[in-house]
Amino acid sequence: MKDSLSQSTTVERMTIASSRLLRDGQVCFVGIGLPSTAANLARLTHAPNVVLIYESGPIGARPHVLPLSIGDGDLAETADTVVSTPEIFRYWLQGGRIDIGFLGAAQIDRFANINTTVIGKYSKPKIRLPGAGGAPEIAGSAKELLIILRQSPRAFVEKLDFVTSVGFGEGGDHRERLGLPGHGPRAVVTDLCIMEPEATTRELTVTWLYEGVSRDQVIAATGWPVRFAADVSVLGSATETELATLRDLQHRTNVAHGGMIGEAS
Amino acid sequence: MAEITSLQHAIEHLVHDGDFVALEGFTHLIPFAAGHEIIRQRKSGLTLVRMTPDLIYDQLIGAGCARKLIFSWGGNPGVGSLHRFRDAVEAGWPVQLEIEERSHADLANAYVAGASNLPFAVMRGYAGCDLPTHNLKIRTITCPFTGEQLAAVPAVRPDVTVIHAQKADRRCNVLLWGILGVQKEAVLAARRVIVTVEEIVDTLDDWPNACILPGWVIDAVCEVPRGATPSYAHGYYARDNYFYRAWDGISRSRESFVEWVERHIHEVATFSEYLSILDAESAKGTR
Repeated sequence: MKDSLSQSTTVERMTIASSRLLRDGQVCFVGIGLPSTAANLARLTHAPNVVLIYESGPIGARPHVLPLSIGDGDLAETADTVVSTPEIFRYWLQGGRIDIGFLGAAQIDRFANINTTVIGKYSKPKIRLPGAGGAPEIAGSAKELLIILRQSPRAFVEKLDFVTSVGFGEGGDHRERLGLPGHGPRAVVTDLCIMEPEATTRELTVTWLYEGVSRDQVIAATGWPVRFAADVSVLGSATETELATLRDLQHRTNVAHGGMIGEAS
Repeated sequence: MAEITSLQHAIEHLVHDGDFVALEGFTHLIPFAAGHEIIRQRKSGLTLVRMTPDLIYDQLIGAGCARKLIFSWGGNPGVGSLHRFRDAVEAGWPVQLEIEERSHADLANAYVAGASNLPFAVMRGYAGCDLPTHNLKIRTITCPFTGEQLAAVPAVRPDVTVIHAQKADRRCNVLLWGILGVQKEAVLAARRVIVTVEEIVDTLDDWPNACILPGWVIDAVCEVPRGATPSYAHGYYARDNYFYRAWDGISRSRESFVEWVERHIHEVATFSEYLSILDAESAKGTR
């Protein structure tokens, strides 16, 4: 193998690492941006039968290029069917048809609760973020959840400014007590590592590191005293196929959208 | 029964200052021409509802038409922030904007409740989330059969809903396809309805189960080709992604926004004049 995950860019390696966590045949409710990139990479590599559902209504979308918005025409044209937005949320998400939700976030805490609403006070925000969108109910009702975001102390915080979508609440069995139907986050994929919830406390614990990333780097990029699993593994290299497929997809997307990649800032 | 009218006439007679207004369209078929006409007629004090405010409400908010916004995701899709929306929330310019924030699932359900003539919608959501702390209209209700705690959210019943669609026939029956969003529900939830269309045709040539809104639930149908620009109309034109990106720069400062609105909305009489300016700017490469 010529290329490896350590030779790919940090965004590429987190995209590839999270794409591997999607299993073939799963029904995935996809957020826009990196989740959509990773889910389509999975579809084009090891998971050709993954069913991609976007909140705008397409079910079984197979876009030729990455969508810039959640409702791009390519999603509708390549889908098995397109239903209305109420139907997506009522029958398909709340109806329990989604195996895995795939989201990004602006802030996350140790129990994988996420904030996409405000930085600072809600009534007088320092930064007004876009808000909830479909995330709270995706996090609540999908059978499991993947979260992808870059790791930094500003993003991985001791206390969220706002809980937009619930992971494991205050930890332990809090999620179950809240009555949320889905099992909650399975993994958080960053540009440094993969974290998974510990079985009983549900605290995010580092289980995988990318090749060449040190524990100190992860500690420095986390706003709480981050824990490491007893057995931390090193993520396997990206295959040539994964990197080539991702770069080809990005290239086609850039051409189609005039240099705009499908990642919201 | 709907009338075929000009957009200017429809907005003048069906949208009033202080109204509760929905201009819907989920990324696709966003009724930009109607938004521009509302700005041009300097409507004010509006309560606006939309799942994704998008550029259309960024324009209405920056132009000072809105008093309140009900929404569930306020970003520029694929680009970043809505600067006029943020300026209104963070700094109260041009007026302090009251916000009522909900989730997509909530608003989708709330439109269904409105269309169903129900006062509220029931859904499984919001447990553990901070939104109900700030939006006191998000309540809980106990299922009388199982005892489960569920979220109860108020129905959305706009005074006026405006949507854009591909086609209408001469009896004002409207056909839309592609990404449908919440348009059907938003139309059926409203007291008054304006639909702009790409074209008015003799026959819709549709198929059973097509998304048709019969003319008798609509008040005005207006033929506005490219009326969803810079969003898209499936089968007619693509999304103008360059404009969505350019908007980030245009809307970033109050001065450049005001200048843009003057030149592109107030100094033109119709949306088609605006499109001519856009086309000229594209040809010159000035945007």
